[in-house]
Amino acid sequence: MRANGCRAVFFSMAFSDTRVGFARPRIRCARILFLALASLLVLFLTLPLVALVVRALPLGLDAWLNETTLAALQLSLTTATLSALIAFGVGTPVAYLLARENFRGKAVVDTLIDLPMVLPPAVAGIALLMAFGRRGLLGATFSAFGIELPFTTAAVVIAETFVAAPFYVRSAKAGFGAVDRRLEQMSALLGVSDWKTFWRVTLPLAAPSVVSGLLMTWARALGEFGATIMFAGNFPGRTQTMPLAIYSGLEANLDSALALSLILVIVSFGVLLAIRQVSPKGLTLG
Amino acid sequence: MKRILFVIAVLGILGLNACAAPASTAAPPTAAPPALASDTPLTVYAAASLTTAFKEIAAEFEKANPGSQVEFNFAGSQDLVAQISNGARADVFASADLKNMDALQKQALVGGTPQVFARNKLVVIVPQDNKAGIQTLQDLSKPGVKLVVADKTVPVGNYTLQALDKLSADATYGADFRDAVLKNVVSQENNVKAVLSKVSLGEADAGVVYATDAQTAVGKVLTLEIPESFNVLALYPIATVKAAPNAALAEKWIEYILSPQGQAILLKYGFIPPS
Repeated sequence: MRANGCRAVFFSMAFSDTRVGFARPRIRCARILFLALASLLVLFLTLPLVALVVRALPLGLDAWLNETTLAALQLSLTTATLSALIAFGVGTPVAYLLARENFRGKAVVDTLIDLPMVLPPAVAGIALLMAFGRRGLLGATFSAFGIELPFTTAAVVIAETFVAAPFYVRSAKAGFGAVDRRLEQMSALLGVSDWKTFWRVTLPLAAPSVVSGLLMTWARALGEFGATIMFAGNFPGRTQTMPLAIYSGLEANLDSALALSLILVIVSFGVLLAIRQVSPKGLTLG
Repeated sequence: MKRILFVIAVLGILGLNACAAPASTAAPPTAAPPALASDTPLTVYAAASLTTAFKEIAAEFEKANPGSQVEFNFAGSQDLVAQISNGARADVFASADLKNMDALQKQALVGGTPQVFARNKLVVIVPQDNKAGIQTLQDLSKPGVKLVVADKTVPVGNYTLQALDKLSADATYGADFRDAVLKNVVSQENNVKAVLSKVSLGEADAGVVYATDAQTAVGKVLTLEIPESFNVLALYPIATVKAAPNAALAEKWIEYILSPQGQAILLKYGFIPPS
């Protein structure tokens, strides 16, 4: 009976109106349950990372400096950066249009852009093969001109861009949507061209969302596995990114896998910290 | 409230997708509580090349042992060893080479004595349309050929390297043959089925798989035989795993594999008898 009462009070007090502020449960058993659940999740999320650090830190220098690790690291950094840049280049116009214009089929475009975010990477990989493979819808034409994408570093960039670009578009769209139009109008009134207005007024004002979007894209591209291994294959130095090296190294080169895993954890942590610095509201996904 | 739930749902989906691994590696199944042998499913960890043969054997086995249920985890033998070493609960382990069975024995994770239940050999496969025009083994060293093999830690990948060594030792192919062929490798897959699919899809010009794999893909790939003198005989050992949740049924499974009925099914799929 008492437990039911606690739970009832807890629920009614825990999920109060957020405008008033989060009402902390004052009844003792509700508070204990509340803290217990919170600690459970925090522990669950922290323990694997701690375990990884504990196992990876004592590794000798040859785990960090061996050929596999260095090749994977260099490849991953290069391809992720390229993917983020491409996302910026082609994603900015899309984000701007989605934020400002209302056109027929906008909802469809919006959903399509978001799709790679929730699509299982393996499905993305198969889809890319069907489109850009040697016998693919577009790939067959490329093949005729001697351009073959699978198994190349370009394929890695394509796979990473496919799964990661939506993160940038989403974030940039929110950023552009939040820019005060009157500032842009003032700029136009002062005789500044549209192009210059975009670069000198709109983009700087949307910068936090744009930068955090790029960081998220970069991080997602860095961690991409399923689409990469299916579309680009697995070859050290050419297509074996860090996640692929970790997966391949599980049996033969566990030390290298651990070292790479730790690097990815540190990088991911760093990216999230950077996002917090740039965009005080944190990740904007909508 | 709705927003919180939405964010949790999105993060949950992202989290699941961001770390999805290829379908060929299944997560280790959780162990069923100890009960009658007929209630607990039999968990068999087997090399990817045994997929079709073992599935058919399982159907017959379940008929012969009413109430039993066989569950599989097919992957590269090296991945299965990694999973079992890290605590996955398996009843039976069937490897595509002695090396991986030895690795498990060294960790004292093998129950009984491993027995070789089948053998296999290597073949070269090319896509049905064979656009690259690969007619002989020599063609594999032609510059520009896209060759897909398994990683050297995978049994079939290791066997491939051994076969290349044998070919290089022969005067007809020359000492440079192995290096020339390895230069053409564009991808090192984690199991033999991935090699097969890349060639079936036409993405690769050629691949090296087991004869049994080529047999399952008739109509999608063409086979190029590797002569006996250069070929490698793959030995498949099978054993119970130590502390198997269903040890009794595990023994029965191994008995069935070695019995005339089990061997007949393996033969049907192109495996070579153990002796």
